[in-house]
Amino acid sequence: MSLLRIDRLSISSASAAPDARPLVDELYLSLEAGARLGLIGESGSGKSLTSLAITGLLPSGLAGSGSITLNGVEVIGADERVLQPLRGPVASIVFQEPLTALDPLMRVGRQVAGPIRRHRGLRGGALDTAVRAALDEVALPDLDRMLRAYPHEISGGQRQRVAIAIALASRPALLIADEPTTALDVTVQAEVLALLNRLVAEREMALLFISHDLAVVSSMVDEVVVLSNGVAVERGPVARVLSAPEHEYTRRLVASARALDNALEAL
Amino acid sequence: MTEQAAPPADTSAADTSAPAAAVPPILALQGAGYRYHRGGLALDDVSLSIAAGESVGLVGESGAGKTTALRLLLGLDAPSSGAVLFDGEPLNRRDTAQIRRFRSSVQAVFQDPYSSLDPRQRIDRIVSEPLRSLGIASGREAAEQAASALESVGLDADVLRRYPHEFSGGQRQRIAIARAVVCKPRLLLADEPVSALDMSTRIQVIDLLQGLRDRTGLALVMVSHDLGAVASLCERTVVLRGGRVVEAGPTPQLLHAPAEEYTRALIAAVPRLPRV
Repeated sequence: MSLLRIDRLSISSASAAPDARPLVDELYLSLEAGARLGLIGESGSGKSLTSLAITGLLPSGLAGSGSITLNGVEVIGADERVLQPLRGPVASIVFQEPLTALDPLMRVGRQVAGPIRRHRGLRGGALDTAVRAALDEVALPDLDRMLRAYPHEISGGQRQRVAIAIALASRPALLIADEPTTALDVTVQAEVLALLNRLVAEREMALLFISHDLAVVSSMVDEVVVLSNGVAVERGPVARVLSAPEHEYTRRLVASARALDNALEAL
Repeated sequence: MTEQAAPPADTSAADTSAPAAAVPPILALQGAGYRYHRGGLALDDVSLSIAAGESVGLVGESGAGKTTALRLLLGLDAPSSGAVLFDGEPLNRRDTAQIRRFRSSVQAVFQDPYSSLDPRQRIDRIVSEPLRSLGIASGREAAEQAASALESVGLDADVLRRYPHEFSGGQRQRIAIARAVVCKPRLLLADEPVSALDMSTRIQVIDLLQGLRDRTGLALVMVSHDLGAVASLCERTVVLRGGRVVEAGPTPQLLHAPAEEYTRALIAAVPRLPRV
């Protein structure tokens, strides 16, 4: 049984004309425990909708059809009682923008404590110790200050580390990282990618890594699916997709990324 | 062109400047500083200049002072110390005649083409606006120049009667560039012009800017955190950090033999594609 299995997933707007093209169109993919997969796409490709659909978080007004199973449990059409136990222990998401993913009115310590209390049942001193360990694990400095800080009081990179600590607090089998470093400065991005790489390896988590950036994706995963306008146009080992893209869209994407990359080299 | 991190003066940065400055640079920051009202220093003693036809990249991370430097160069803010020089003269925002010359010589393109185009105006109004507001052309003449500016960015005249929401991000950025070049400026200031665009359209907009430079001799200042974009377009690069110039010089030299530790770290952090 695959950890994640997506079968003929289509996502449409409830208000769209019946013949309108779906936002995600008959997507297939599967991910085994401990495996890594990259989902490459640009704006409007449906990559973020896919990540939301996996955790049953599609915005109202959008409807999914087909099948998504997490650990064998069907997500499409499931009600909250079924979804709630999946979110966290089975699949957790790190979003692009940590400033909107974190609660601006809650101190960092409490935000990290929430999922640890819920999923691991810790209280009191044991909870405090686990919160510190969680923040320490994502290499946050000055823990005493971090615990008491509000999100606006720490840097963008630190906020994303907090978001990662929260996502990992419930010990998920699958981590979904949706453009986790796109909002960060390049030197901070490098640190956060290294952190994710290490944590995913140490905990033997599965990783679904979503990004528009081919260079970033290729540093995190070996296999990719390329999404364009909701359709998976190409899939395969990242090295092959980069060296011999087959679909016209992938060719254009790779050529553009390659041109910018070569500019750093050729001069 | 000369940039310097002051003090100490960086003499190597002056090596390629135009022969004895008979013609002053189009635009220059001279020891420019900018302090917020609350006292924070956003820019500290920065000197750089852009001569006709040159292309300069301003790179750095958030808080480096890139946008502040650009706002000073655009005359949107006045420096709290030092000066902004336009054609060798201090830029005076109260001198309306100078500002008119300045606006027809120096134009800007911003990061987000979804907010930089007025959603209620048709493309012909948007692109011809600088011509009308600067009193360069109006009526049919303005319409013809707008059409020709759109053609120069690869868009047909049939876009003239449409609205911004009908276009993709890359097309909108082309429209923003058409508006910037419609009055035939000598210098284009571009603030992260490709950062908001999809990867597959970035290189098209970069090629478009390069083509405009090749055809018209347009000088360019590009603010970007994307070293690949800067390396594609800019002959010289200035690295900013914490409001100061860390390092400046010809782009190839800066990329391959950075003198400063910070520049090295910045270059090393750029995610690279695996070699094939």
